Amino acid sequence: MKDYFALIFSGGKSLIVGMMITLREAFRPVVTVQYPREKLPISPNFRGHTILIRDNEKPEKHRCISCKMCERECPSNCIELAGEKREGVKGMVLITYRLDFTKCSLCGTCVEVCPTAALDFSKVYQHVGFAREDFHYDLLAMVEEEEK
Amino acid sequence: MTTIAEQGEHRYVLNMGPQHPSTHGVLRVILEMEGEYVMDPQPVLGYGHRMHEKMAESRPWPNFLPNAARMDYLSALIYNHGYVGVVERLAGIEATPRAEYIRVITSELNRLQSHLLWLGVLVLDLGAFTPIMYTFEDREKILDILEDVTGSRLTYCYMRVGGVVRDIDDKFVEGTREFIKWQRSRMPMYDKLVTGNIIFRKRIEQIGEFSPDLARRYGLTGPVLRGTGIPYDIRRAEPYSVYPEFDFEIPTETTGDCMAAYLVRVREIEQSLRILEQALDKLPDGPAMAKVPKKLKLPAGDACYAVESPRGELVYHLTGDGSDTPYRMKIRVPSFSNLSLLPELCRGMLLSDLCACMGSLDLVIPEIDR
Ligand code: SF4
Ligand code: SF4
Repeated sequence: MKDYFALIFSGGKSLIVGMMITLREAFRPVVTVQYPREKLPISPNFRGHTILIRDNEKPEKHRCISCKMCERECPSNCIELAGEKREGVKGMVLITYRLDFTKCSLCGTCVEVCPTAALDFSKVYQHVGFAREDFHYDLLAMVEEEEK
Repeated sequence: MTTIAEQGEHRYVLNMGPQHPSTHGVLRVILEMEGEYVMDPQPVLGYGHRMHEKMAESRPWPNFLPNAARMDYLSALIYNHGYVGVVERLAGIEATPRAEYIRVITSELNRLQSHLLWLGVLVLDLGAFTPIMYTFEDREKILDILEDVTGSRLTYCYMRVGGVVRDIDDKFVEGTREFIKWQRSRMPMYDKLVTGNIIFRKRIEQIGEFSPDLARRYGLTGPVLRGTGIPYDIRRAEPYSVYPEFDFEIPTETTGDCMAAYLVRVREIEQSLRILEQALDKLPDGPAMAKVPKKLKLPAGDACYAVESPRGELVYHLTGDGSDTPYRMKIRVPSFSNLSLLPELCRGMLLSDLCACMGSLDLVIPEIDR
């Protein structure tokens, strides 16, 4: 019987201790963010899907030389690219660069192996789509669109 | 074995999972029940099987790097560490000293993050909602720190053979130091809120007790084993990386119940903070990546590399045959052995205590199935 009341007493004490902590936390600054309306700044090193970046010296161009290193080394086989020879242009010209983002594991291998440092990670973290194909990104179109 | 029909009609079978909030993943436990008592729990595995070991054998070794993180999503960096460790040992490559320190620092942050999540969800499983909000606040801080250097928040692919992808900067060091201070200031609060709470104590004290003998028999490792009084921690028993250079304790308890595993983990948080502090103080300068041949072939022979994951001993066993594709890869994961204890441990237990038991084993199902 005595134990029983001792238990109720210590239960009450635990409750009060817990409530005190809750009370104290209630007056601390809010740490949550109302997400779609408020957004947190995102780290500059964040890895979104890969993109082709443009040359600093020749800003109208991306740096890809269609060497296919990234395509070969990608562990998830999610890169598909093609280049062609053109009259009067040295080297290969990239004609398609498709990234299947549904399969990409964001490992960074493609960015590391690229001999001309043509690839980088984007800062995009919101991906919405109704079909799988919505996440097959055309990186070449993206970099060209940016130019306009 | 007698069938259920023979034992009378008050025996029934209850399926816990594959989708159950307190199994933390797709684990199914078939429970043979008698009233509220569990008479025979049988875990069913394999829902999340992705053939990680087979994948390792069918592709060049660098292509397995992102896979390592997908096995145990809560300690991805420690899995990274194990994998690059085994390749380095087999190929005879040494990472730079700075890289080893960075590996230890990020691994310990990862361990803290895992322990904080476990602390929150264990209490959540037992019915208290508030603590997980606090632990997640702390955990977010770690994820922010790690995101800044690794680029991702959960499934990191940060370590490479010979070093790490990106060197850490002053911002990282400052952030980690601040976090250590913050986490220290939070621990007394958890002590009062969780450890001291009588309801919580009643739910886990003397629940799921087992002896060191049983633990040895089932090959338990990690905090569950240390809860029975055996101070076995790979960081001490078979030191890897630069762990021998740090001064830290291996917390143990003697009772072997859920409370012991709980206390061990909470005390490990403090030890991880200590390791972090020392590692940041001693952090050497130099490159974060060693010179590694471009096309590294795995020499014939085999190598083993064990690391201490938050759940116990993780071993990679890699056999090479002179090509760049591993001949065989075996991964020993801690949760698998820890789970195998469940049928023996939980026989005759109340259903609600089974949840406490599974919570204190801290299972990660994708790691078991892998
Ligand atoms: S990040 Fe990795 S998985 Fe994604 S495209 Fe590049 S190499 Fe492939
Ligand atoms: S590795 Fe770089 S240069 Fe070569 S194809 Fe890929 S993006 Fe282009």
